[in-house]
Amino acid sequence: MGEATNVTEVPLPQGGTVAVKPGDFRTEEMLLNIGPQHPSTHGVLRVVVRTDGEIILDSQVHIGYLHRCFEKVVENVTWTQVTPYTDRMDYLASMYNNLGYSLAVEKLGDVEVPERASYIRIIIGELQRIASHLMSVGTYGLDVGAITAFLYCFRDREITLRIFEEVCGQRLNYNYIRPGGVSGDLTDEMLKKIDDFIDYFLPKIDEIDNLLSMNGIFIYRTAGVGILPLDLALDYGCTGPVLRGSGLARDLRKDEPYGLYEQFDFDVITGKGEKGQLGDCWDRYMIRVREMRESCKIIKQALAKIPEGKFIEPKLLKNVKVKKGESYLKVENPRGELGYYIVSDGKKGPYRCSVRAPSFCNIAVLPEISRGCMVADMVVIIGSIDIVMGEVDR
Amino acid sequence: MTSEEILKRLQDQFGEAILGTDDSSLNLTVKVASETLLEISRFCRDDSSLSFDLLSLVSGVDWTDRIESVIHLDSTAHKHHLVLKVDCDHESPRCPSVVEIWNAADWHERETYDMFGIIYEGHPNLVRILCAEDWEGYPLRKDYLMPDEYHGIPNDFQQAGKRPQKYNPRG
Amino acid sequence: MIFGGTMLSNGLVFARYSLAEWIQGLLGDRLEMIPEWILFPLLMLAGCLVIIGFITVFALFAIWMERKVSAHMQCRLGPMEVGFHGALQTIADGVKLLGKEDIVPRHADKLLHYLAPIIVFAGVFPLFVVVPFSEKILISDINLGLFFVAAVGAVEVVGVIMAGWASNNKWSLFGAMRAATQLVSYEIPLGLAFLTIILLAGSFSMVDIIHQQEGWLSNWFLFHNPFMPIIFLSFFTASLAECKRAPFDLPEAESELVSGFHTEYSGMKFSIFFLAEYAAMYVVCAIAAVMFLGGWSTGIKPLEAWLADSAGNPMREVLSNTVHLVVIVTKSMFLVFVQMWLRWTLPRIRLDQIMHVCLKVLLPWTMVAMVATSAIELCWPGGNMVLTALTIVIWSIPLLWTLKAILDMTVGIFLKFVPSGR
Repeated sequence: MGEATNVTEVPLPQGGTVAVKPGDFRTEEMLLNIGPQHPSTHGVLRVVVRTDGEIILDSQVHIGYLHRCFEKVVENVTWTQVTPYTDRMDYLASMYNNLGYSLAVEKLGDVEVPERASYIRIIIGELQRIASHLMSVGTYGLDVGAITAFLYCFRDREITLRIFEEVCGQRLNYNYIRPGGVSGDLTDEMLKKIDDFIDYFLPKIDEIDNLLSMNGIFIYRTAGVGILPLDLALDYGCTGPVLRGSGLARDLRKDEPYGLYEQFDFDVITGKGEKGQLGDCWDRYMIRVREMRESCKIIKQALAKIPEGKFIEPKLLKNVKVKKGESYLKVENPRGELGYYIVSDGKKGPYRCSVRAPSFCNIAVLPEISRGCMVADMVVIIGSIDIVMGEVDR
Repeated sequence: MTSEEILKRLQDQFGEAILGTDDSSLNLTVKVASETLLEISRFCRDDSSLSFDLLSLVSGVDWTDRIESVIHLDSTAHKHHLVLKVDCDHESPRCPSVVEIWNAADWHERETYDMFGIIYEGHPNLVRILCAEDWEGYPLRKDYLMPDEYHGIPNDFQQAGKRPQKYNPRG
Repeated sequence: MIFGGTMLSNGLVFARYSLAEWIQGLLGDRLEMIPEWILFPLLMLAGCLVIIGFITVFALFAIWMERKVSAHMQCRLGPMEVGFHGALQTIADGVKLLGKEDIVPRHADKLLHYLAPIIVFAGVFPLFVVVPFSEKILISDINLGLFFVAAVGAVEVVGVIMAGWASNNKWSLFGAMRAATQLVSYEIPLGLAFLTIILLAGSFSMVDIIHQQEGWLSNWFLFHNPFMPIIFLSFFTASLAECKRAPFDLPEAESELVSGFHTEYSGMKFSIFFLAEYAAMYVVCAIAAVMFLGGWSTGIKPLEAWLADSAGNPMREVLSNTVHLVVIVTKSMFLVFVQMWLRWTLPRIRLDQIMHVCLKVLLPWTMVAMVATSAIELCWPGGNMVLTALTIVIWSIPLLWTLKAILDMTVGIFLKFVPSGR
């Protein structure tokens, strides 16, 4: 031998370094692309991961594969023509995108919304929340490897989609909630159907709990993984179930009620870290399951006291007069706080319409909470944040 | 805190650095000079009566003569909002980055840079986020013209009407 | 009988070629003009063909069954178009896979990429040599049967690692490394379970193990003493890992590793991996049936005695073999069904967790159970009725609970009308 041993310092995943001499057992780091085409990135997210074996040392998120220039497009259309474009952002919760935009325009344009329309918005919105959470919970099961839960969720989501189809003729991109009201009325028959669905659905949530949430392996996989402390969540602007999973009871429906939410009685679900640590994947997941029950509660109350009346001023379907100015309004989307920043120069359409997409803010925290996890955990963490790439990339 | 109280608190603290408010906005909007933005932001976050702990959105607006960088702040404790606006030069817009105060600003500032070309000084990784890395121009500026082609992909929007009849993906 | 009682000796391994002997015996004197050295390999070949036929048919059936089981568990119907309730769907898919282009990645190691599926299949196929179907329908009763299973069964992983390495794909490599890690973990409880059975039976031979369990149902090794069900559960869990089934399907983990080690395989090579997986499922279940559930024994003593009394009665012999065949296949298929049931219920476990489960949970429990079983075997050689009764009493609660779950799933569906909401 005779050579001078050149010792290199190799960083350890848990922090610190270890001295490695030539001839020692040496590990190499590997760059791994998770996505843009990967079964568990929920679309076209790309995460470049630096791994040591299966342990993630660092990761970097790349987005933009689904960028469709929403903000540029809507500068060239009228106020009412914007709603179909908002549908295409968060395509799993289109109703909420419509709602957020409509509320922002109504606030700036001083548009009166009929009371019946407000109730319809709440019923449909909460139904949309159930549908979105079902999707999230189901695909989360898929990420963890439990395929059956996914199909159970889709079975129930199908019913909500059929209701939406009956209400507005579309299954995914509804263009239903418009500035000034909604585009069609809910007949008594539909209200009955929604009521039946809630009665049918409440026991089904227990089924999901039995099959997935309380499953030993599922808890084993998700509890204590991807822990997001509250200060980090706030620092990164996480909202919705991700923030509530870290233990802060912030829900815009309670904190800054829009629509008529102040009249309804429901609980804000927060994570308690009952299976692992506060702010882990299981907490974030469980919030969605429990929120579905709260949504059912809200729908029941709304169905009981929905008034008769108009659902929109017909002339508002053509266009809305909006005075010069700007407004920023946030609604509690199933994924977090969806904000619309609208600037008007008094003309027919928006001068500038900027969107605060909840998934966009939530996914930014991924590198922080996935450090030191395994590749299999990465999938679990991405799933627990519940992103929709249509919204991240807009 | 109501809007007036927030404004008063800020004016008491910073005086002349608060350039004014924007009356056309429905939310409390405070215009600040770019030199004082960091100081004011830090105060907004750390002051217990303000405690704007959640950065909601960083965005931009192109007013053709100037570009505004807009920061929307929320307080989870006091449930009030604040909008901070910084005017930037239209030719070479520059603005201090608030990433060191709220990490949430990271991606939002990258997006605003991507769309408006505002250089956020002090940002750790100011690269394009939604557009491709080699995209030219800043799409959300009002004087933006879409390039005729991008890596051989023709711009159909401008060539509407003279699109080739047969689409041949290989040729 | 030309080679009645032939024992081929190869060092320590003695084997009895039952199937070949039986066919030869049934055909009797008509084959006497054919010399033994030609006839014997021919008969062995015939036996192998029967087994290949069985694997193929079983795989076709098992894939169809898997689809149907999963579909009905998931409120779906599964394949319905091709044949009766989609019975021919797998054949249609097989034909489709045959016609598919065989893609080899440009920078793949071509030779290894080509060899890997063959080695995986070669790791499973020889196991059928010792898997018994009945007293006579058995290619070879090697006197080191279980040892053979443990040794040859691990070869499959070599193929998996080759496939993952040769594909030149990071995801495949992850799959391969996971397969290797998994092997190190599950082989130990698996081996201990083998050891316990060998200790009880006093033999490695599959046939001997089954003969030890003949008579009443209480003679099954599962009920030998209160510790045996622990060994059984541990063996079954480890065998799930052995054939890479959920919740231990880490090497393929479709949601994490795209498709793991066979990401870069298409067409027939892919279907060989598939075939090997289903063949391995049957093998481990049949071995579990042999080791714990009495193999082909019906568990009814008079029936067994009547079937065994076939001296000079060839029809009785054929009947006995048929009954035994049906019994062992039924037992194995039930275990295969449980494997499917678990797969469609449980989420996937993580790599470090599988090591934790196998090395820190299964291993100590199996170890304790093995030591306890040895002590019991020392005190009461050949078993004890009191202990058997105790076993049944202690384990009846989980057993009844399992039975209730099965009833809920099968009969319950008809009893409980689920509103479809349509």
